[in-house]
Amino acid sequence: MADVTTNPAPRIIDGPRGRKPTRALSGRNIMIYGTLIVVALYYLLPLYVMVVTSLKGMPEIRMGNIFAPPVEITFQPWVKAWAEACTGLNCDGLSRGFWNSVQITVPSVFLSIAIASLNGYALANWRFKGANIFFTILIIGAFIPYQVMLYPIVILLREAGLYGSLTGLIIVHTIFGMPILTLLFRNYFSSVPEELFKAARVDGAGFWGIYFRIMLPMSLPIFVVAMILQVTGIWNDFLFGVVYTRPENYPMTVQLNNIVNSVQGVKEYNVNMAATLLTGLVPLIIYFISGKLFVRGIAAGAVKG
Amino acid sequence: MKMMRMMLAASTAIGIAGGAWAEDLEITHWWTSGGEAAAVAEFAKAFDATGNKWVDGAIAGSGNTARPIMISRITGGDPMAATQFNHGRQAEELVEAGLMRPITEVAEAEGWANAIAAPGLLESCTLDDELYCVPVNIHSWQWLWLSNKAYEEAGIPVPKNWAEFVASGPKLQEAGKVPLAMGKQPWQAAGAFKVLVLSLGGPELYTKVYDEKDSEVAAGADMIPIWQAADEMRKLAAGSNVQEWNQATNLVITGQAGGQIMGDWAQGEFQMANQVAGTDYTCLPGLGDQPYLSTAGDAIYFPLLSDDAKSAAQLELASVLFSSEAQLAFNAKKGSLPVRKDLDLAEANDCMRQGLDILAKGNIVADTDQLISPDTNTQIQDLMIQFVSDMNMTPEDAQARFAEIIADAD
Amino acid sequence: MSTRPSRLFHNMNAKIASVPMVLTAMVVFLGGSIWTVVYSFTDSKLLPREKWVGLDQYERLWGTNRWLVSIENLAIYGVLSLIFSLVIGFVLAALMDQKIRFEDVFRTIFLYPFALSFIVTGLVWQWLLNPDFGVQNVIRGIGFESFTFDPLYDADLAIYGILFAGLWQGTGLVMCLMLAGLRGIDEDIWKAARVDGIPAWKTYLFIVIPMMRPVFITTLVIITAGIVKLYDLVVAQTGGGPGIATEVPAKYVYDMMFQAQNLGQGFAASTMMLVSVIIILIPWAYLEFGGKRRG
Repeated sequence: MADVTTNPAPRIIDGPRGRKPTRALSGRNIMIYGTLIVVALYYLLPLYVMVVTSLKGMPEIRMGNIFAPPVEITFQPWVKAWAEACTGLNCDGLSRGFWNSVQITVPSVFLSIAIASLNGYALANWRFKGANIFFTILIIGAFIPYQVMLYPIVILLREAGLYGSLTGLIIVHTIFGMPILTLLFRNYFSSVPEELFKAARVDGAGFWGIYFRIMLPMSLPIFVVAMILQVTGIWNDFLFGVVYTRPENYPMTVQLNNIVNSVQGVKEYNVNMAATLLTGLVPLIIYFISGKLFVRGIAAGAVKG
Repeated sequence: MKMMRMMLAASTAIGIAGGAWAEDLEITHWWTSGGEAAAVAEFAKAFDATGNKWVDGAIAGSGNTARPIMISRITGGDPMAATQFNHGRQAEELVEAGLMRPITEVAEAEGWANAIAAPGLLESCTLDDELYCVPVNIHSWQWLWLSNKAYEEAGIPVPKNWAEFVASGPKLQEAGKVPLAMGKQPWQAAGAFKVLVLSLGGPELYTKVYDEKDSEVAAGADMIPIWQAADEMRKLAAGSNVQEWNQATNLVITGQAGGQIMGDWAQGEFQMANQVAGTDYTCLPGLGDQPYLSTAGDAIYFPLLSDDAKSAAQLELASVLFSSEAQLAFNAKKGSLPVRKDLDLAEANDCMRQGLDILAKGNIVADTDQLISPDTNTQIQDLMIQFVSDMNMTPEDAQARFAEIIADAD
Repeated sequence: MSTRPSRLFHNMNAKIASVPMVLTAMVVFLGGSIWTVVYSFTDSKLLPREKWVGLDQYERLWGTNRWLVSIENLAIYGVLSLIFSLVIGFVLAALMDQKIRFEDVFRTIFLYPFALSFIVTGLVWQWLLNPDFGVQNVIRGIGFESFTFDPLYDADLAIYGILFAGLWQGTGLVMCLMLAGLRGIDEDIWKAARVDGIPAWKTYLFIVIPMMRPVFITTLVIITAGIVKLYDLVVAQTGGGPGIATEVPAKYVYDMMFQAQNLGQGFAASTMMLVSVIIILIPWAYLEFGGKRRG
């Protein structure tokens, strides 16, 4: 592997990963786009059903044709999901928990990624004795169902005096994000060419210097993946948000759960769909814009430099 | 105003001037659907009228969702002021662990024992002679909901009891209908089965099995007809391809299915679909056979708080929850029956009246929630859902396993 | 990838940076697991309590049909889900990596199921797979009267019905991980392969994939952890049915802990899950960390 990286090919040619071919309808393009579009349709089918359902009135939904477009389009379910659906007494829909969710998600995502990336970096590049034992325990932790840890964590937080606080919740998110994220970063950093690391050491860069000046900028795609994982997980988290905080801090998912999860009552499927789509918007936006960071080539450039 | 006076009377009666301070009490519950939320609003209004404030903590989804949250809060040292549980055996341990407070003084001062619709409701809130919860409504399971439309289209009269219903099955199938709609969730299968036990086997059999946990009776001859009925039930329900109970109810509403065995909350679905009891749908309490209802329902428990003022306000809340006005308003919105027998239900529809008549006659048994532990209940659910979906399991095998579960029940 | 600087003073920073990890591993995961194992020997019901019953919970566990069915289901689902997730995820990522137009759009489409709460998307799949108003109904409507597609309603097929939705939900993330891995491969390697006249598929199979070993391991752990914790998907789609045909271990654990209020039984089941994970992971950890990497 080191051989290849240090002996770059002498000339640049168009290959499978070359520049976009000028002919739009080449056989290769038809195959690639054809496959992607067919797969995309499979992925979009449930979304179609959800959107269509969310735009129907309940009498139309009761007729049971899930694929039929709405005869009469109504945006009332969306309005209701966002601003009117009642959670007990509070009839202000999902909007109620939106800012709470932001307040929980932003620090939790930031802290969990910061800590896990440092862990991964230490494990990949600055290994100390016993580090792998802790790491193995951590990985095993990734397989433990959250609910099993519910009561022990209650006890820990109670003893630490953090039960019911936002800080406690952020710590819990950081803890449960740590196994997967640490693994993600450790494995990614360990595939960064060693020459880079050695060169930086020779230049006198230390632990933090190498992290910020080399590892971080070279690993943007993996930071994006970590962000996708954490934003999705924390934004959609319901259990921790409601168990470890107080009602004034409840995230949006509490309202979502209350809208979709009622047991003995009339189910308003259109509002359920609208609420789910609304809740999913924030992660979706993150997915879409974070794509700009899915870049290549920084690593290659850095090696040569 | 009347409410106000009553509250003041209540608090002086029990020698607590708690009403003088305005306290914020957080109440957690899982009443979140449209009608339920409207019902809760009635409680909140009544409590706010005492000068205190109802802080609402609604979390939908009873079993696996809301309960661990409530228990975590209580054991984590950050309890709410009051919380919903199904009355029955679910909160027993919290009481035993000293995490809940009794409200006996309010109940005695206000004579709840005389007003209660079914004594069992208070009994299941009682531990060591102290009352720990306020029952707030009565739900009953023993209802067969029938679609008049389906029977009309099949050209046969609407059945009047279980035997007629079973007999009507083939005709409905010929007309392209599913005779019995049943969601494929375990609690629905187990619920339907306990309805068969009470409605076909009668209260004595029901009591022997679920209350006395007599495994010989459960394994014996008296239960054989019940298991045969269950066998017929699963055959009638074989074409029912839905999960949720309300999807099953919808099959009845649209006339695609003949009937459904479901608790009285199903009525909300009929009402939402503008169906009229008696003309669009027919209800048979006790499956039209044994006119007995089991009284299940919800209850509010009160965690032990360190704050004296809040503790006093908890008693006021208990008093409000049991008051006639709040009971009427709450249950009218929720579609359940009030726990007091001294109320006049002017707006009750045909089906609710039938239910009230049965209650008035005292034809009541305790619900299985109050008789068997959640653990046993889960085991029965697992068995019943297997029985309903696996036609290879014979009624004899199922009965034998049921008897084993009953023998191990605590 | 041999060991970097020796474990001396200047490694202090690494140790400081690892404090949260060490605390999490030891206090939360190790401590919490020990706590769980200890209480699996009690007859804790709603609340943990120290009333010891020895191995009773384990005897009941292994005598329960539902638990055995759960394990079998997990094995079927696990193997298939693992294979399909990896293959589909990698192929999608490779296609996305061909400098295509609208990459952001495609990536978001493949990833969106991951963002939506499964309580409701599971319901949509339940509808789609429902014979009366889902795909079967539509295809029959076109004229294929005998077409049958009702996996959720056939006890033998239901677990595959869950797989349908599981792949739909999970492959987007796998694709993203793979894409990040592919983007981490040096452009020059592709150029070199072209120069040597190696066809693209061979380059992927024999050069790129081996180079992506760390990413594959990460992905493998993420997928497997998801499989072991499989719960929402089942609850939302079948509730474990028909009958108990789609029960899974994690659902058994939660149902025991919170619905049946039998913590001891739930803890015994989760202990068995933990033990299985350890049996699989420890040899892997040994291979991964032992041998040449040490020293």
